[in-house]
Amino acid sequence: MSIKIEQLSFYYGQGTPFETKALVDITMEIKRGDFVGIIGQTGSGKSTLIQHFNGLILPEAGTVYIDGTNIKDKKVKLKLIRQKVGLVFQYPEYQLFEETVFKDVAYGPINLALDELEVERRVKYALELVGFDYSSVKDKSPFDLSGGQKRRVAIAGVLAMKPDYLVLDEPTAGLDPSGRNKLLNTIKKLHENNITIILVSHSMEDIARLADYIYVMYQGRIHMQGTPHEIYKDSEELKRIGLGVPQVVDIMKALKARGMNVDTDKLTIEGATEEILRVLRSKKDA
Amino acid sequence: MLKNLTIGQHYPVESKIHDLDPRVKIMVTLIFIVSLFLINKFQAYLLVFVFLGLVIKMSHVPLKMVIRGLKPILIIIGITFVINLFMTPGEVLYQIGPLDITREGIRQAGFMALRLVLLIMGTSMLTLTTSPILLTDGIESLLNPYKRIGLPAHELAMMMTIALRFIPTLMEETEKIMKAQKARGADFESGNIVRRAKSLVPLLVPLFVSAFRRADELAMAMEARCYRGGEHRTRMRALLMVRGDYLALLITFIYVGAIVGSRLIQI
Repeated sequence: MSIKIEQLSFYYGQGTPFETKALVDITMEIKRGDFVGIIGQTGSGKSTLIQHFNGLILPEAGTVYIDGTNIKDKKVKLKLIRQKVGLVFQYPEYQLFEETVFKDVAYGPINLALDELEVERRVKYALELVGFDYSSVKDKSPFDLSGGQKRRVAIAGVLAMKPDYLVLDEPTAGLDPSGRNKLLNTIKKLHENNITIILVSHSMEDIARLADYIYVMYQGRIHMQGTPHEIYKDSEELKRIGLGVPQVVDIMKALKARGMNVDTDKLTIEGATEEILRVLRSKKDA
Repeated sequence: MLKNLTIGQHYPVESKIHDLDPRVKIMVTLIFIVSLFLINKFQAYLLVFVFLGLVIKMSHVPLKMVIRGLKPILIIIGITFVINLFMTPGEVLYQIGPLDITREGIRQAGFMALRLVLLIMGTSMLTLTTSPILLTDGIESLLNPYKRIGLPAHELAMMMTIALRFIPTLMEETEKIMKAQKARGADFESGNIVRRAKSLVPLLVPLFVSAFRRADELAMAMEARCYRGGEHRTRMRALLMVRGDYLALLITFIYVGAIVGSRLIQI
């Protein structure tokens, strides 16, 4: 059970002088239960890649298997693939259109031709999963909500289809720090609810905090892959291709360079704080 | 699907035609349209072919691009052709059921179709060789004299500029929203006409919302830069007629003269 991609390539404007390579020979496998991060600069091919995950773009060269089914197969119902792999685009709040939050979240389940009772159950499930009180929010107009709330409603709209995999494209873009924290915690909770998460971002901080495995995209190729620790070890290379490392990693490396004997593997602020305190304490004791 | 829209598409290359004053090009295009309706015999189309061919040749726009502009109106041309073919009374040549094809019908149908094709090709030469900004500048300048009778020339031109500027943005937006709704199981392609129309609601509502949001933001940004409408506004590129422009007008007048002349000659 996985999203499996084999030698996927994609060109925009093939056969014209404006031909550009968007994806070159991508091979990857995302297993059920994983929390995967995909990082890359704008234009590195991230968005094109994730649109292959649910068949919004069908592969031209290479194959995409969702739980073993080749999505290019003529018999495959794309609607079912799209139910299985939920895709939340950047700024998803711009897709809201209904009069009430309930109706908007119900749009997906209704498209799946579920009965009324099941639709209601799913809307409740999805709205609660993203941290809303169902009865107080369901009759509000989505256009009256705050930016962060709108975004969570839009994510609920995808979750209501009960996807096994959830792909989120820059979910925290444009949110204030508290909205961002809230949303990242929600995503963490979704993962604990057995939803496989694929988080696309160019923010190292978000990905370092949550993902177990990271793919780094550069000029349409998978440039690096590995656990966050493995990836951040090579901070020079990340900087070269226009990405950074989390500030914490930078600070720890700078401390080490100045002669403080800290472990530079800490990726979160909490972990780094503890590590610095540990070193300071041991110095005092010595 | 919306990308192959040639009417209103600018083809930026260097040429004598591109360099002409937009006012001249607009006037020439208007005169060209009128000339098409002055024609009353097939032979006169030869003049149009020569004139239009010369313009296309000089503009360095590939003929393929010009012809591509015909695609969206092929149906209209087809309908016009068929209606004229069957509805013109005269000497009957063939009969298909209750419908008659007459000698006059064939002539009329060919005449009308040719007129439409040349009309579209001629007008798309204007938009292919003139950037939208210059085009609206030209329109504004041509409409200026009518300001005295209360025509808001500047405002009209500004509205047109803004509308043109936002066409690609809104198309991109449409595509984005379409994909987002498809990810939620939307189906824009199948079902009967009522279902399909209904399926557009999730597309149109967000599109309108974002169009209004963008309009608001743009108005704010313009006001922040002290935009107050057309009064006393100077331009970065003042339109100026040069020798080539007068020459182009002269050639056009000769061409129209020839067309008018062709009406008088009996062949």
